[in-house]
Formats: sequence, C-alpha cells, structure tokens
Amino acid sequence: MHVSCPMWRMVWEFENGVPLVGAEVTAGAASAGATSRPKRARNKYNRREALAGYLFISPWIVGFLVFMLGAMAYSLVISFSHYNLATNVAKPAGLKNYALLFEDPKVATSLANTLFYAVLAVPLEICVALGLALLLNRVGRGAGFFRTVYYLPKMTPSVATAAVFLLLLNGNTGAINQALGFFGITGPQWLIDPAWVKPSIVLMTLWGVSGTMVIFLAALKSVPRELYEVASLDGAGPVRKFFNITLPMISGAVFFNVIVLTIAALQVFDQAYLLFWRDQTNASPEASLFYGIYLFQQAFREFNFGFAAAMAWVLFVLILLISLIQVKIGNRFVYYEGEKR
Amino acid sequence: MATTRIPPAGPSVPVPAPPAGRRDTAATPPRRRKALTPRSRAGRVLLWTVLALVSAAFLYPLAWLLAASLKPRDEVFDNALIPRTFSPQNYIQVWEQLPLVSWVTNSFLIAILAATLVTASSALVAFGFAYFRFPGRNFLFGLVLATMMLPGAVTMVPQYLIWKNLGVLGTWIPLFGMNLFGSAFYIFLQRQFFLGLPRELFEAARIDGASYFGLFRRIALPLSIPSLVVIFIFEFQASWNNLQSALIYLNAGSVDGFTAPLGIAYAMTKYSPTNGGQGDYQYVMVATLLITLPMLVLFAFGQRHFIEGVATEGRKG
Repeated sequence: MHVSCPMWRMVWEFENGVPLVGAEVTAGAASAGATSRPKRARNKYNRREALAGYLFISPWIVGFLVFMLGAMAYSLVISFSHYNLATNVAKPAGLKNYALLFEDPKVATSLANTLFYAVLAVPLEICVALGLALLLNRVGRGAGFFRTVYYLPKMTPSVATAAVFLLLLNGNTGAINQALGFFGITGPQWLIDPAWVKPSIVLMTLWGVSGTMVIFLAALKSVPRELYEVASLDGAGPVRKFFNITLPMISGAVFFNVIVLTIAALQVFDQAYLLFWRDQTNASPEASLFYGIYLFQQAFREFNFGFAAAMAWVLFVLILLISLIQVKIGNRFVYYEGEKR
Repeated sequence: MATTRIPPAGPSVPVPAPPAGRRDTAATPPRRRKALTPRSRAGRVLLWTVLALVSAAFLYPLAWLLAASLKPRDEVFDNALIPRTFSPQNYIQVWEQLPLVSWVTNSFLIAILAATLVTASSALVAFGFAYFRFPGRNFLFGLVLATMMLPGAVTMVPQYLIWKNLGVLGTWIPLFGMNLFGSAFYIFLQRQFFLGLPRELFEAARIDGASYFGLFRRIALPLSIPSLVVIFIFEFQASWNNLQSALIYLNAGSVDGFTAPLGIAYAMTKYSPTNGGQGDYQYVMVATLLITLPMLVLFAFGQRHFIEGVATEGRKG
C-alpha cells in the first residue's frame, strides 16, 4: 500500500549479507530439515526447504510477474501505441500519445487542479490529524471513547460520505451553509462555484482524517516521558517542548503521513467522481477535473488506452519524483530511533 | 518512529513470546499517561470541551444521515436532527425504488470472496517468507514491500486489458482475481505475526514427521487466527467500499448487477433534480445508511484491530 524511507533502509538491510545464490545441500543441513542450524551454515540452503519456500511464495511471484511487472511493461508498450480495443491490435505510435498530452489543455488543467488540491489538502490533513492526536494524547481515561467516535467517519464508505456531503454542502439549503448563516456568514455555493470545488473535497477528506490521526497517536505514545520531565526541569514551556521534543520524536510519523497522503491526494478520484462526474450535469467541469478523473474518462469512457497509459506513466513518474524530493527533504529532519544505536 | 517491527494485532491477541531481540522497548512504550493530562481543572474542562465539540462535528453527518433517512421528501433539507414528520415508510418504499437486495448481495459475496482469497494467499506467501530460507528471499521480500508504492492508476489500464484477454470481462473475477496472489501489506502483517511464533513448535512438528504444508496448515494457521481475522476484515472493508473497480468492470452491465457503492452513485443521479429526478433524497439516505451499517457493525466487533492495524501501517516504516 504505502512506503516510507526507513522501509527502504529495511530492504537494504535485508539484502546485506545474504547471498542470492549458493544453494548447496549438506547431509547435516538436510537431516536438520527446516529447523535451527549452526551459524556457519548460514550461507548454505537446504534444497528441499528452498523449493518449499518458493512454492509457498509462488502465488505472489505469479501475481508480481503478471499483474505488476507484466502490467507495467504492457502499459509502457501501449503508451507508445494506438490501441484498438475492438481488434486488440496495438499499432506503434512512437511518441504521439506523449505529444498529445502536451497539446491537450485538459491534461494541464487536470494536473494543475490535482496539484492545487494536494497542496491544500495534505498540510491541512497533517495539521488537523496532529492536533487531534495531541489532544487525545492528553486524555487519560476516556481516550478510547473519543478515538472510537473520531474513527467512525473512516469506516463510512466513500460513497456514503459523498452522498451525505452532497446534501450537507448544498449551497442554498445545506446544513453547512445554514450553520454559517447562523453566524451571519453567507456560505458559498460549494459544489457549483469553481473556487469552492477543492475546499469541498478537502472538507470531506478532513472528516475522514482519523486514519492519519491514529498513526500520530501511536507515535506520540512512544515518545519517552523522561524527555518531557527533563525539559520541564530546564524550564521549557509547552511550545518549546512541542517543537524541541514532540515534533522531532514523531518526525518519522509526520514524514510517513506526508508521503502517503500526497500519493493519495495525487490520485484523488472517488469523492470527485461522486460529487461532480457521476452524470452529465457537472456545474464546474473545469475546476473539478482531476488527473485521476481524466485518466479514468480517457481509459474507460473514451477507450483511448494509449493516451490513458501515457497519462498513467506521467503520473507514476510525477509521484516518484515528488516522493523522492520528500525523501530528500525528510532525511534532513527525520529522526529515526534506530540511528542512536 | 521505531524501525522495529512488532506483531500487528496488539495486546488483544495472545502473541506467543517472540524470540529474544525481536522486540525492543518501542513495542511496549511506558504507559504513564497520567503525567500528560492537564493539571488544572480549567485545563481539563477546556480539553474535554474541545474534544466534545470535535466529536459533535465528526458525528453530525452520521446523525444527519440517520435523521434524513426518516424524513419525507420535502423535509430532508430542513436539517433538523429529529424529523418533524416521522417517515419510517422510507425504509419500506426504498426496496421498491432501488434493487438494494441485489446490490448488497453482490457486494457481500464479492467482499467475502475477496477477503477469503486474500487472507489465504497472503498467509501462504507470508509463511514462505517467514519460515523458509531460500536464495533471494530477502530481495524478494524487499520487492513485496516496494510494490506497496506502485500507484493503482499505473496498473489500472493494463490490468483491464489482461482481464479482457483472459475473457473474464463481465464476470466478477476482475473484482477479486488479484487477491489470489496475496497483497503486499497483508503479506507484511502476516509475516510479522508468523515471526513471532516460537520456532521450537515447528521443530517439534518436523521431528514428528509433519510436512512443510502440514506445518503451515496445522500449526501456523491455527495459531494466527487473530491476525487472519484482521486481514479478513481489512479486505472486507476495502472491497465493500471499492467504487473504482465497480465503475470499470460493472458499470456497463445491468443495474441489478451493481455493487452497493456503484448503486449509491446510480441512486444519487437517479433522484437528482438536475437530472430529471424528483429529489427523493430520503431514499438515497436510506440506501446509504443501509450500506454504512455493516461497516459500523464490523467496526464494533473489530475496533481494536482496525485502529491497531492502521497504527502498525505507520510504524512499519
């Protein structure tokens, strides 16, 4: 599902010191079967055991080769061809699809909308989730109750959320604008006014922010209390403690959440589809055209598979680049517990 | 964030003592929460007030949904949390309005199939990674983790074409077929759990003549029911909520063949005044509530699993 930087480190650690070849059966290892073996035999593999291991993981290997690697290779080929769905023939098209990406103004629009949404949504989600986690972390008894309540929206299916918010966000009679009216504020036409399309989706996303909050909460719980006690003795106030202890100690979780939320935001689909694109009556087609929506339309409504595959690859490279930049920046700030050893 | 990986399902699960060195203190943080609660009475009142307000904000849409589902058409938008005109007949009429039985049945069967398949295949693969030594194991496990990063959008198009070439478009197979091959996050979770089982158990069984598959089937699986349940309910939820796959693979078919999420999307359009509907949103709300309830029930039973599973996701980094 997701990835974060320390994970790569973990992978790297795994790779170290483990030879990829060198299966050699010795009588001793064979009789010991799969059980504990002397350290010196580490580099030797029991052939039967290795075979069994491969058999056990074979479902994943098949899935990886066909539906990941195969699919990606296939998608790359298609992105360089005109693919005819009816005849199942892919005619080579060179860079045509990629050139079309630059000519089609909708690609630029959807990309701009998506980036704008991500820039708006991710920091807000991080701040709200962290704020709630900090509050919950200060509750002794009763924290479980609030955590449950806060988690309920996360259990609500995205269609259900969209169906409810479609009505709550109604510009004239919706509950949100009525509440704003109570304070003398005239609420916007959330789902019609192009300027309010993204805030509407952000609002829905924030309602389900508890998944992120739970990750923060777990990180907060593992900050050693002694640090705060020492800081108190040194006369540090709550703000200093937050910036000098809490934030550095949970920087790994912040980093993880930023990466995961960014990847999710760049692929935003469900809410946008349900609120704006489920029929032909979209009031702000320009502002609500997200990259994932346009990709979906091109692939499964227009059947321009070559174009859609090219769009997908651009998105992949974009996500990779953004994640790499985040990792680069993150490495400067993130504190990993493992490193102190 | 700790780089140490812990058994996923938390304290509710009877985890056998892991081999020494598998866990460190990060897994069992000091639980001296008292020290963090505000000292002054005013501080506590403020904290609880804020928490209560936030709770209200989180609960309001659900309460609104329940209320709206019990209102007649022209009162849906009055935003009263207690319906002025109590209209429980919505719950009867909705069955004539929308093929809810088909939608829920479809979704339920697909979710059961998807969850069962992914639990079985992920456990199998996880056992392969946890128990056996073979060349390239760690490299391959690294690949498993790496695939978690692949955005779904990239493989969406080619996977559709693969299913098309296999001739299974129009069936349910594309909706859960991928689950035959295990899923990276679940493989990761389950492998962690298997690593926590004492190896002596398996050694003893080997001496008694158990086959490798016997180890998996008779020892590993029965001992990991708790974490298998976690995987099952996670995937059940994911499948139950899945809109995009349904849009790709089922949208062209008959309305009766829709899944619940696709059905709700259809109903949202059907009653929309901008689309020629009458604005009978009370039916949409009833249907929405009915497809939300199973998730809330699931949550009631597996609350701890959900929350700790998500926390593990963050910790695994």
